[in-house]
Amino acid sequence: MSFLTLFIIIPALTVIGILLCKKHMQVKWTAVVGMGLQLILAIGLIFLFLAERRSGNMDEILFIQDNVWYQTLNIHFFIGVDGVSVAMIGLTALVVFAGIFASWDIADLPREFFTSLILLASGVFGFFISLDLFTMFLFYELAVIPMYLLIGIWGSGPRHYSAMKLTLMLMGGSALILLGILGLYFNSAPDGGPLTFDLIQISKIQIPVDAQLFFFPLLFVGFGVLGALFPFHTWSPDGHASAPTAVSMLHAGVLMKLGGYGCYRVAVFLLPEAAHQLGWIFLILATIGVIYGALGAVWQKDLKYINAYSSVSHCALVLFAILIFNETAMNGAIMQMISHGIMTALFFALIGMIYGRTHTRYINEMGGLMKVMPFLAVAYVIAGLASLGLPGFSGFVAEMTIFVGAFQKIGTFYRVATIIAASSIVVTAVYILRVVGILLLGKITNPEYETITDAKWYDKISVVALIFGITLIGLAPLWLSDMITGGLGPIMQKLLAVAPILN
Amino acid sequence: MQIMRHELLLIVITVILLIVEIFLPNTGKHKIILPAILLMAAVTIIGFIPATPGILFGGMYQSTPFTVLLKNILNLGVLIVFIQSVDWLKQDQNREKVSEYFLLILSTLIGMNFMISSGDFLMFYLGLELATIPIAALAAYERFKEKSAEAGVKLIFTSALSSGILLYGLSMVYGTTGTLYFSDIAPLINGAPLQVLAFIFFFAGMAFKISLVPFHLWTADVYEGAPVNVASYLSVISKGAAVFIFTIILYTVFYKIAELWSEVLYIIIILTITIGNLFAMRQQNLKRFLAFSSIAQAGFILLGIIGQSQLGMTTVVYFVLVYIFSNLGAFGVVSIISNRTGKETMDDYDGLYRTNPNLSLVMMLSLFSLAGIPPLAGFFGKFFLFTAAAEKGYYILVLIALINTIISLYYYLLVIKAMLLNNSDRPIGYFKSDLYTRIGLIMCVIGIVVVGFTSSVYEMIFNLGFGLY
Repeated sequence: MSFLTLFIIIPALTVIGILLCKKHMQVKWTAVVGMGLQLILAIGLIFLFLAERRSGNMDEILFIQDNVWYQTLNIHFFIGVDGVSVAMIGLTALVVFAGIFASWDIADLPREFFTSLILLASGVFGFFISLDLFTMFLFYELAVIPMYLLIGIWGSGPRHYSAMKLTLMLMGGSALILLGILGLYFNSAPDGGPLTFDLIQISKIQIPVDAQLFFFPLLFVGFGVLGALFPFHTWSPDGHASAPTAVSMLHAGVLMKLGGYGCYRVAVFLLPEAAHQLGWIFLILATIGVIYGALGAVWQKDLKYINAYSSVSHCALVLFAILIFNETAMNGAIMQMISHGIMTALFFALIGMIYGRTHTRYINEMGGLMKVMPFLAVAYVIAGLASLGLPGFSGFVAEMTIFVGAFQKIGTFYRVATIIAASSIVVTAVYILRVVGILLLGKITNPEYETITDAKWYDKISVVALIFGITLIGLAPLWLSDMITGGLGPIMQKLLAVAPILN
Repeated sequence: MQIMRHELLLIVITVILLIVEIFLPNTGKHKIILPAILLMAAVTIIGFIPATPGILFGGMYQSTPFTVLLKNILNLGVLIVFIQSVDWLKQDQNREKVSEYFLLILSTLIGMNFMISSGDFLMFYLGLELATIPIAALAAYERFKEKSAEAGVKLIFTSALSSGILLYGLSMVYGTTGTLYFSDIAPLINGAPLQVLAFIFFFAGMAFKISLVPFHLWTADVYEGAPVNVASYLSVISKGAAVFIFTIILYTVFYKIAELWSEVLYIIIILTITIGNLFAMRQQNLKRFLAFSSIAQAGFILLGIIGQSQLGMTTVVYFVLVYIFSNLGAFGVVSIISNRTGKETMDDYDGLYRTNPNLSLVMMLSLFSLAGIPPLAGFFGKFFLFTAAAEKGYYILVLIALINTIISLYYYLLVIKAMLLNNSDRPIGYFKSDLYTRIGLIMCVIGIVVVGFTSSVYEMIFNLGFGLY
């Protein structure tokens, strides 16, 4: 029994604990304790993992646990981590922890809110530790469904519409994934032998190329829907704008990463031949997504929409980097997922806090907030600078790695795509600095804002935790990038076997 | 004795209840409720004791561990239906005919048991008729309501028509093979035109019972008119039994023309799922809503049959079990709310969570299970159905079915939206449901949660059904 199981057991116990609570405060503190433990566990996992690697344990997957679940279909409860999943788990734990504090103000049905939130989190944790396609899919859907209730009940604006649109689009994506998984399953034993859902085992065999060509688009688009692949991203702005603060944080910060991670771990890893042949189509879509998201953000006036479009742009950059198929860019893709996860969570947390005080999200109605809430304003500037890639913050490290990797790729097509994608950095600067200028600097435009107060203690915990994450990666990126590189070995091997001159 | 234990036990308790009924005064008929439920519970439990397999009446009746399992599943479902109907039976207008409800349902159950165990078409037909005709009486149970009487008449007419068609098909089978025994017919099936016609008639007859498109037109009207508990019985137990015997006959009698019937099924599946779903989207009345949803679910069940494998067969049985729990959970909630408030439309459910959180949760779990959301049992059932169909290479069919799960998720979410998201000025007030209803619903919830997590149920079905395909 591996201690990784605790990543599922702790949320389950927390949910049970919350359901037993009667009072509002009890509910919140149970959630804090549960997710605090989860964060400690995640940090412990990072240290343990690094220690194992340092002691020379170079196995592909560490901390394995393998139990047979459905014998007939050869479904296993098979969990384990490599460098990439450890990084994703760390991200998730941090964002969920911050999310609990960011939703401290929830007054309506708090028990149900935290139950759904933690259910969602447990789906995400389960997804990142699973190595069996069946359980992976199970956790994936488990993470998506609570969104409907979270947005529908506690959201704002056209929440019913957004919740339904988001759920149906994401479940549509998961339908494609299911078909892809079945395709992998029935092609998992070309020489006879038992069929398997085991991801590692499937990665070791050669799936027939025509099967690959059929199932790769299904899997890539399926996961791509959640990873905001253009043109399947349309749920994202509506969903994020309508969601309550903590849900936007978790959704943009973590849930969208499920899409990128799935594309990387399932679609590209298991079907490298098809990825190589069809990758260019999705590379074009991803490039469009990068620039489209950034330009979309420029035109928006609602803070949440600005950030939602910026998320589309940054998540598309992840897919872009994965499709470059070289080690540097792949590393950058994972870094970008982590960096953007923390950064966007910070953004959404701050937007939620600002909205809670000014009761508007339209930037034109606000101004001079730096004077009345310096803490939140400074945090917003930090998030903004990290987002546009200022050195010293995580965004710089990630984007730098991606574009260095992308420029290594030879060929006019890739060069043009890279230049277009890289130009989004300029656009990012435009919309970030514009918002900072209008929102925070200058005179206070609305006299009512003279009296609003700065961050409360729980807001501060949330914000400080996330800023700590951004700066830690920004100032000391090497441990993370080494850890990720260690995990990239198998996928690079497979890709190089397909096309030796990929660089 | 041992071989026919299920049927004999049911006959015994039917007779006991009949005798008890005679001695009850007209004002005290409801006193039969508790003994009826206890007897049924006892029968259900005894059913799980391993029985001796064997053949009776020269092969007309056969009992195997697999048929015993199917009967146990039906028994369990009937037990839950009985428990859920107590609240409704105790209403004043039903008081003097309580015992008829139990007697009629038990006789249909006996019919289903004989049908499942049948070894030839004569026994099969007898069982089928016994399982169908009393239900028409049940549908018209609330005879003072015009709709209920209408439902009864509609059901009896369509049943008679479908039985006629089915019987015509069977006569052709007899004509071409000269026998009615399953085991003798099977090798003689060679795909001759008359046999194909016979199969089509047989298929149409069964499609009426399972309510597959385009033979589904009676379903919504009957469900809407019949009392909720009868509708729930129709939608799970009747349908489940028909699916069981349909699968068995396809696999044991008509396996030689599997290519033909999988083509027929292919088209019927697409029609059933799509039309069931599209109609379900527009329903306001929850009984009609569940009727169309159950049509669509029947289409999903066929995905397992078209798989033509041990896996498919197992999954069909497994899915029916899951479906019994999920659908009875949903019907149980609709039933209690209809009994207490008379409200049956979706708008009435607005804001239900704020007043009756537990009922809403049960409803939500049941609907999520029907929609196939993890970690509930419905997810596993659906996943395995898709696996079974994909095994044969029907990827396009699976894709169509998957798109339909999204549509079905949409309309299931509509109910959840009404209960949890919407607010209402006049929500259904808080009420405390009676002990029986609560037990019934808890059984459903346990089933929904446990059957998926524990793989043992699935493995057990797989091992018992081994060799049947």
